[in-house]
Amino acid sequence: MSAPLRPDLALIARTVTVGARVLDVGCGEGALMAALRDAKQVDARGLEIDGGNVASAVGRGLSVVQGDADIDLAYYPDQSFDYAILSQTLQTTRRPDRVVEELLRIGKQAFVSFPNFAHWRGRLSLMWGGRMPVTRLLPDTWYDTLNIHHVTVDDFRALVKERGWAIDGQWFLKGDKETTHANANLFAEHAVFLLRK
Amino acid sequence: MATIPPHEDSRFGLRRQVRLTGPLRLDSGAMLGPVDIAYETYGAMNADRSNAILICHALTMDQYVASEHPVTGKPGWWWRLVGEGKPIDPARHFIVCANVIGSCLGSSGPASIDPATGEPYAMRFPVITIADMVRAQAMLLDHLGVDRLAAVIGGSMGGMQALTWPTLFPDRVESCIVIASTARHSAQNIAFHEVGRQAIMADPNWRGGDYYADGVTPGAGLAVARMAAHITYLSEAGLTEKFGRRLQGRNAKTFGFDADFQVESYLRHQGLSFVERFDANSYLYITRAMDYYDIAEDHGGSLARAFTASRARFCLVSFDTDWLYPTAESRVIVHALHASGAKASFVELSSPFGHDAFLLECPELNRVVDGFLKGGRA
Repeated sequence: MSAPLRPDLALIARTVTVGARVLDVGCGEGALMAALRDAKQVDARGLEIDGGNVASAVGRGLSVVQGDADIDLAYYPDQSFDYAILSQTLQTTRRPDRVVEELLRIGKQAFVSFPNFAHWRGRLSLMWGGRMPVTRLLPDTWYDTLNIHHVTVDDFRALVKERGWAIDGQWFLKGDKETTHANANLFAEHAVFLLRK
Repeated sequence: MATIPPHEDSRFGLRRQVRLTGPLRLDSGAMLGPVDIAYETYGAMNADRSNAILICHALTMDQYVASEHPVTGKPGWWWRLVGEGKPIDPARHFIVCANVIGSCLGSSGPASIDPATGEPYAMRFPVITIADMVRAQAMLLDHLGVDRLAAVIGGSMGGMQALTWPTLFPDRVESCIVIASTARHSAQNIAFHEVGRQAIMADPNWRGGDYYADGVTPGAGLAVARMAAHITYLSEAGLTEKFGRRLQGRNAKTFGFDADFQVESYLRHQGLSFVERFDANSYLYITRAMDYYDIAEDHGGSLARAFTASRARFCLVSFDTDWLYPTAESRVIVHALHASGAKASFVELSSPFGHDAFLLECPELNRVVDGFLKGGRA
């Protein structure tokens, strides 16, 4: 019925438990929500900033609300979901730290996935080219990217430590393959963390 | 009674009217009875009675949601959304649309005969609320044998009724679609309505509402009320695009008070044609019902509390150029639904048409409504 899930979403979809209550923040057209609903009977709700995406998601029968993660998460009650999911959206928010705090308030656990800005390709681009990296995961030029808070795996780990959050799981991706934890900050293109407060 | 084929059952079909004994206890404390309800049904109830959709109409609309209007000859007011191959489809759904009480197209209202006097109620008709309209609809559904609604849907004042439904009858509503609407009437909303009411009551032909005997109606007042209201249904950009400062059938300003501008001529036409199809007293009563509307107020000031007993799915739609019931009003509802744990969808659609957008061409609206309704079947 639909295209295969993006690798980080596929990984999250594998990990979510059957019948869970899930809030997908930045759900786009609802690909993950639909997969979770169909494969795992998940009660999925979505929050999405783009009206066209929301219309598509609602048009496929999903419960999606148009809103802004920086503002509208405040209106969800405490611990009302088993999982709050923020995939590829962290780096676009105005205050990523507060958004993760909100995810952990709303969800018992939170998935956070983001492109790793410290991947070696990006480093090379900066070091040798002296230019902001434009790669597969970061395809936009510096002036039209939605990513306003670039983050590395080590940056994120430092934030987790500083706030005293617990890491229940972490996965690293190179293309659509999982890669090792060792030197993830250098070799992972993409990171997925499962957090708990 | 479920065994009677719909085409042989006089309760079903177009241009129906029923007199229910009642009495209906109104929010004001008054009793209304008998209760006349004019309505239409489209399609047939399925075997397990799970396909009923109630459509609630806006202030000046009526039961003719998808059939020709008997006075104006225009197609049903929501033909874009309701009909064969449309998101609400008589081939799949059993569709009910009833004229609200207080109105003037066959349901009990100020123009109806007061059984106590044998004369039209006029201003002796009890003041009604949105909740009273909904309770009357519930009486009709009882009469039709509809226990549960797969969906209740409405735009503008219809959205107010739709949103009220799960608060009054949480067990009867499976899903609820609220378009270009609000959970309460704002000071600005009330203010515009008051202008309209004062225009009617200032018309010397209004005579305290007792104008039915000689048929000389407060048409001028009602037309002005309609003109003022009509402005609130359109967007500033829409008016500019449609009329700008263009003159009406002349090359220069006349230095007089004729309708020099196209926009003046348009509004006058809107006012005059409205008078032919609507009763001034009904306009007073229905606008009053809307002004009294505040769902949170009825639930100890908490909108979220209104929905805690409901298990319905909700879909809210606003339009970016609607300044009568702007997107912020829909967001208030969405936040309350989140707080109550209800399943909610919400989207702000883009349209140049202002509040009227819910009645006009909007493929996105059809896509959202269709998907939402089908989502319930998954």
